[in-house]
Amino acid sequence: MELLLQQVMAGLANGAIYACVALAVVMIYQAIDHLNFAQGEMAMFSTFIAWQLITWGVPYWVAFAITVVLSFIAGVLIDRVLFRPVQNAPILSQIVAFIALFSILNSSAGQIWDYTIKSFPTPFGTAPLLGSMVDAHEAGMIGVTLLLLGFLYAFFRGTRLGLAMRAAAANPVSARLVGIRVGWMTALGWGMAAALGAIAGILIAPVVFLEPNMMIGVLLYGFAGAVLGGLTSPGGAVVGGFAVGVLENLAGTFIPYVGRELKLTLALIMIVIVLMFRPNGLFGRIVVSRV
Amino acid sequence: MTLREDDIAVSAAVPIQRGARMRPTPRHAVIAGFVVIAFAVPLIASSFVMFQLSEVLIYGLAILGLNLLTGFNGQFSLGHSAFYGLGAYTAAILMHNYEINYLWTLPAAGIVCFVVGFLFGLPALRLQNLYLALATFALATAMPQILKFHALENWTGGVQGLVVDQPDPPDFLSMIDGDQWLYYVTLVVVLLMFAAAATLVRSRTGRAVMAIRDNPIAAAAMGINVSLYKTLTFGVSALYTGVAGALSALVVAFVAPDSFTIFLSISLLVGLVIGGVGSIPGCLFGGLFMLYVPNIANSLSNGLAGAIYGVILLIVIFVMPAGAAGFVRAASAQLSRWRQNPAEGGHR
Amino acid sequence: MKQFTRRTILAAAPAALALSVPFVSARAKDYGPGVTDKEIKIGNTGPYSGPASGYSPVPKSQVAYWKMVNEQGGINGRMINFISYDDAYTPPKTVEMVRKLVEDDKVLLVASPLGTPTNSAIWHYMNEKKVPQLFVATGATKWDDPKGHPWTIGWQPNYQSEGRIYASYILKEKPGGKIGVLYQNDDFGKDYLKGVKDGLGDKASMVIVEASYETTDPTVDSQVVDMKAKGVDVFVNCGIPKFAAQAIRKAAEIEWKPLHVLSSIGNSVGATLKPAGLDNAKDLVSDFYLKDATDPKWKDDEGYKWWSAFMDKYIPDGDKTDAGYVAGSSLAAMTAQVLKQCGDNLTRDNVMKQAANLHDVMVPMLLPGIKANTSPTDFAPLKQVQMAKFDGQRWNLFGDLLTGAVG
Repeated sequence: MELLLQQVMAGLANGAIYACVALAVVMIYQAIDHLNFAQGEMAMFSTFIAWQLITWGVPYWVAFAITVVLSFIAGVLIDRVLFRPVQNAPILSQIVAFIALFSILNSSAGQIWDYTIKSFPTPFGTAPLLGSMVDAHEAGMIGVTLLLLGFLYAFFRGTRLGLAMRAAAANPVSARLVGIRVGWMTALGWGMAAALGAIAGILIAPVVFLEPNMMIGVLLYGFAGAVLGGLTSPGGAVVGGFAVGVLENLAGTFIPYVGRELKLTLALIMIVIVLMFRPNGLFGRIVVSRV
Repeated sequence: MTLREDDIAVSAAVPIQRGARMRPTPRHAVIAGFVVIAFAVPLIASSFVMFQLSEVLIYGLAILGLNLLTGFNGQFSLGHSAFYGLGAYTAAILMHNYEINYLWTLPAAGIVCFVVGFLFGLPALRLQNLYLALATFALATAMPQILKFHALENWTGGVQGLVVDQPDPPDFLSMIDGDQWLYYVTLVVVLLMFAAAATLVRSRTGRAVMAIRDNPIAAAAMGINVSLYKTLTFGVSALYTGVAGALSALVVAFVAPDSFTIFLSISLLVGLVIGGVGSIPGCLFGGLFMLYVPNIANSLSNGLAGAIYGVILLIVIFVMPAGAAGFVRAASAQLSRWRQNPAEGGHR
Repeated sequence: MKQFTRRTILAAAPAALALSVPFVSARAKDYGPGVTDKEIKIGNTGPYSGPASGYSPVPKSQVAYWKMVNEQGGINGRMINFISYDDAYTPPKTVEMVRKLVEDDKVLLVASPLGTPTNSAIWHYMNEKKVPQLFVATGATKWDDPKGHPWTIGWQPNYQSEGRIYASYILKEKPGGKIGVLYQNDDFGKDYLKGVKDGLGDKASMVIVEASYETTDPTVDSQVVDMKAKGVDVFVNCGIPKFAAQAIRKAAEIEWKPLHVLSSIGNSVGATLKPAGLDNAKDLVSDFYLKDATDPKWKDDEGYKWWSAFMDKYIPDGDKTDAGYVAGSSLAAMTAQVLKQCGDNLTRDNVMKQAANLHDVMVPMLLPGIKANTSPTDFAPLKQVQMAKFDGQRWNLFGDLLTGAVG
């Protein structure tokens, strides 16, 4: 029983990472109706910038703030420069543009900062809590994720700007007709997603160590978590992220014979099975399309 | 994210005349010319170039498989590296463990992949777009793990992979070498399968498949058995990519789990888009892109090869958002407009 | 316009006939493909891009090494044209690039292609075409096969023999222990595991947990927790730096202090132990054949000083904590030795002959006492390692040089 509890806790700790990323994924999906495959690489690059600032002596929270702001601006720029030209292109072409961005960011980070792992400081310390089940940083991560979730919920549901962004994503034509500057809403969405990604990266790096390929596996699980929770529900994404973390750990530990080697496969299969019964994710809204 | 019908460049040139014999058109001349050149190339090119061209044809065939599913039927797949790998391993295992003649491994790989693709298509019926993307992503990630799984090591060779004996040309053709022979085998198989795909697309079945992509509800209302066609398309698509994989096992003469990762799926998707979604000849252009552009990026800079590849990709997408086929279509449409209205200088 | 002396004609003729069998004769000057009076062309492949790009320092440092050699006058008066291609760690691409090197660029030999599946893919081809595949940058056991594959030669002590060395150490130090092995789910990881189990012989049941991980796994915390819960008290940690460091840190976090054996892949002070926390790494045991450039112990060592100056001059932006730069420069130095030994007889046959004829060859970053030796029946240049224990600051070597004797 103790092993089960420990693996669940370890799974929740991992799950906090995935939940962070899943939130960013769903966030950008809500804002721009696209899935950004380069989200992980953008987060990784932002984290490297934060690391570089800290290495140059900038205090942690100042570096944090600078990085988040820079990431926001970068997100807006990426939208205006890279995706404006292809916004009317077929969706698959846009996906290829994301893939290109992924490639550029990953390769550049490796060239600039090399591939050795770098430790990243944590503002929460590493004191163990709950009898060494979870440590302070992991608890901090969960806390920040929930805080961000709350903030986003309030923003999208409670403010006019949030409403305008949702309208622009859901129905650009109608939104324009009521005077919403759709172009700028999209850019804002990109900026926010980039900033969110930066925060996720800064939280994740102390756990997994910073290196150019840090986010590849994490994005995969985060994406799975977002889909499991339902792409229309930020709360669902967070739950999905935690669920994926626990599922993956339990599959690896308790399913005999195949569990260890096929951990990732099993986790994904379980998610697909869930999707079979709830094709829009656990908490997603069912979208009815009219003929 | 939805694959709307205007998102996929509609291959408008689908003739609706029924039973009418097709008059020779410039398009036919181009295809004939291409075939003649393709058969003649080995006479002047080196073995290494033949090897590369074989790979281009193979990638083109694999992309065609993906195109049938995504371009013509609107089902998004990130999992085709799994079918490619499955086809390659089927061929390798049959040759390595059971000493089956290489030519028989091609239909065998096709059948195995058709069955697996069809079976995968069944649960996929319930999934749309991004959710389908995740399911196919799961398939692509599972394949290398399964191939490395220790219980299957006796068949798959585990992490070490399997070496395939490259077939020799038959005795009556002893003047050509192994590379040239494999090139001809690949060329014939690819041409046949491309022709089959083109025929399929122009047939009633093809129109049904495309109707499902454009408007599944209307298609169902017209009496098309949407579930059957979707799963069949999945199977056929897997078959095509699987045969491409089998050919690659012969040409590369080696299979290993590291050859069939999710990055291959992504490359196939990139090749599909660059060639032109919904275009059959575009697949070959996609194959050319898949093989040569990484080499070009690498030659410009070893350290930043990935970044340069990304930049090239962006430039191509900006210039040709609908892929090479879309570009050619737009260019020829512009040309015919100029021809029709020479006095007005081509402006409407 | 060059004068057509007898010398140039002798040089030009074999080069012109490079497509067919190279000249093999007892003449003083003999050239295989890619060789002229002024130049030797050699080839290489490595993962400059893709998921294995973390190993790119290995080929990158080789490129820099040959640049240094050329600036210092080349080898026997000839400049080295080192052509290195990216294969993104995908075997089909390796096949394509190596064929390009051999058939298009017409290199004399291919030096240190990186990776096991990638080298496996070209193994048959290189031996069929009789092109030297020198000092492959992988530790798989199969490369030491002079009879079956006379044109391929290995380099480092293979992973299975390292595993055996860990096993005999464990049998000596903790014969009743319960062992847990953390390994990467691919060729090198599985080789380590096999080596450990084979080394334990009929005591292989001491291994009660075989925990694998994929490079896409974010952490290996779950595997470490599992081991502690199952009562493992000997931990064989064969992870690459990222995962080895995570495991070391997690073990300390959950207050688990097993006998902790670290593989040579993940034992760098700067790349693994510092991020993990130097205090957490106290009492770790590992094996070495190359010097750890980040270990303060080697500060005044001649070999280290050479390497450090090499890095400063030729790869100033390179991260000196990356062991890839040590491996790559050492590999290139070994190939340089072979070319030196060839003199003016630069045929492919002679290259293999000299590669199989290395006696006590030293390169600067090899551990003191470890030398490369090959013979016509022994294609494993480096066989020895030495164990060391970490005291919180540096690795302290102990014991004799060991060989695991596999392959």
